[in-house]
Amino acid sequence: MSEAPLIGPSETDASITATVSHLALRKHAGIGWFAGVVFTFSLVLLLFYGIAYLFIRGVGIWGVNIPVAWGFAITNFVWWIGIGHAGTLISAILLLLHQKWRNSINRFAEAMTIFAVMCAGMMPLLHLGRPWMFYYIFPYPDTMNMWPQFRSPLVWDFFAVSTYLTVSIIFWYIGMIPDLATLRDRAPKGISKYVYGVMAFGWRGDAEHWERYEKTYLVLAGLATPLVVSVHSVVSFDFAVAQLPGWHSTIFPPYFVAGAIFSGFAMVLTIAIPLRAVFGLQALVTERHLENCAKLMLTTGLIVDYGYLNEFFLAWYGNNLYEKFHEFATATGAYWFAFWIVILCNVGVTQLLWFKPMRIKPLPLFIISILVNVGMWTERFVIVVTSLSKDWLPSSWGMFFPTVWDWVIFIGSLGLFTFLYFVFLRLFPIVPMAETRKLVHGESE
Amino acid sequence: MERYRRGELYGIAAEFETVEDLRAAAIRLFDARYRKVHFYTPYPVKGLAGMFRGMNDWVRYLLVSPLIFIGGFVGAATGIAMQEYANLIDFPINIGGRPLNSWPAFIPITFELTILFASFGGVLAFLVLNRLPQFYHPIFNARDFERATQDRYFLCIEVEDPKFDWQKTRALLEATKAVLVEEVPW
Repeated sequence: MSEAPLIGPSETDASITATVSHLALRKHAGIGWFAGVVFTFSLVLLLFYGIAYLFIRGVGIWGVNIPVAWGFAITNFVWWIGIGHAGTLISAILLLLHQKWRNSINRFAEAMTIFAVMCAGMMPLLHLGRPWMFYYIFPYPDTMNMWPQFRSPLVWDFFAVSTYLTVSIIFWYIGMIPDLATLRDRAPKGISKYVYGVMAFGWRGDAEHWERYEKTYLVLAGLATPLVVSVHSVVSFDFAVAQLPGWHSTIFPPYFVAGAIFSGFAMVLTIAIPLRAVFGLQALVTERHLENCAKLMLTTGLIVDYGYLNEFFLAWYGNNLYEKFHEFATATGAYWFAFWIVILCNVGVTQLLWFKPMRIKPLPLFIISILVNVGMWTERFVIVVTSLSKDWLPSSWGMFFPTVWDWVIFIGSLGLFTFLYFVFLRLFPIVPMAETRKLVHGESE
Repeated sequence: MERYRRGELYGIAAEFETVEDLRAAAIRLFDARYRKVHFYTPYPVKGLAGMFRGMNDWVRYLLVSPLIFIGGFVGAATGIAMQEYANLIDFPINIGGRPLNSWPAFIPITFELTILFASFGGVLAFLVLNRLPQFYHPIFNARDFERATQDRYFLCIEVEDPKFDWQKTRALLEATKAVLVEEVPW
């Protein structure tokens, strides 16, 4: 079976090097990049403003209260963590599976992971009533002789997310060292050459070093693979270990992991499609890359859809009054619109990916990826809020209405993510040059 | 190890345009029984290093995985020891008669710490075994060497090689398809 090429036919070692390093080393990045930085940085300032006001006034500025004590912050947390998962999937799992097409997209997918996990990690801290006490969750020898509750999923979450961030950064950086050396060798004399030189650790492309590099990289990929599955599983325990109808379910870990990868691939496409158009990377990020991402999005999307079906089936089959009522209230209750947005985006729109033109044409695929992002964020909202708003006793029911500050933090985190991304695009090799050279020479992993 | 002074000869380097030329030259050097040869390539080329690998390099190659394993082991031990110590020894609390040593609940953190420390082991293995960061290396004195991270393929026969002979080695390298042969000083 002949497949579309992974790399443009006219690409050589030199052309890849020139294209990719030019993006980092050119003097002026253009008005578009500058405008993007200004716009996203203004959103970062908005975020800082929101955080400052939050710290002064407390979480009361949000719409959260009892019974809905988890609002946007936890929704954002779960969503952002999930976004990161596709990056690790591309960089680690596809490496282990010898999927060579990952080579040209893994760098910016990994960067996406790191920035997404940063945005995610911020959310639980902001959500604390006393955020300056955040270090209480860390096991350190303190004068109160207290330990964190190691049996609590919230503490597991702290370990999972901080490990995930650390390992993602290690994996990203080790993978980038040879490319930083390329930038060092191409940079004009001056501060940039010096900085890239320090960052490249004196890499010289010794064949012995390459062998140990590849071995380390492979083992790190093997470590990151179970890690990525564990992280969103642990996030789902935050819910599944509680007894609330709609949360207390064994389907949650796989369902969360699939949803994470689903939304992550949507975000990869949301980033990759404008990126290749703006930076002229069509020869490196080809239609086949888009199609493969779309296929994975469809696959994980169907797993997520199965999760929805399973929830409703088990509510009916288990014949638990509260579970049944929960599913009924989700679909027809106060938050019905959110539920139907989820169904429309994650179940409906995803099915378009069965058709090949939808998978390879950038514009439709871009629109689909945006809708999936919206759908997955809304799904996290539905999971967090509807269960809390209606538990067992009708007298304890309550509604959550987001305030302007909920939106400020959410939109601000989007701004932080895109701002970090713009900085990354300007300073780092966004396509792994060494790995794409391997594609040119047809070397196997 | 003897000390080298700046300006002394480190080796003779050759630059190649294609990886095929480099491979052909490597085979000729191997047949001529050279052993202290290093290759510098812009992407990982399979098989080159293995051909000329000395004992020291073998050990360093084989140590990668054990170091990562040790890291993982230390992580697992740290995780389980920390939680057992906190819950059984330092601050045991009887909550409704539930067991103090509820080890299944300790698994997630133990797992995460295993991965975390194993990754640290990986970084350590990568840096220590490759002797990085190492900002000065004589091969950087080779002319054109900045292209070794871009699109050219280099090899360098070191003076330390028992077969090294300034005239003969140079002649041998010039007989290959090298585009540039030159002495590299310390």
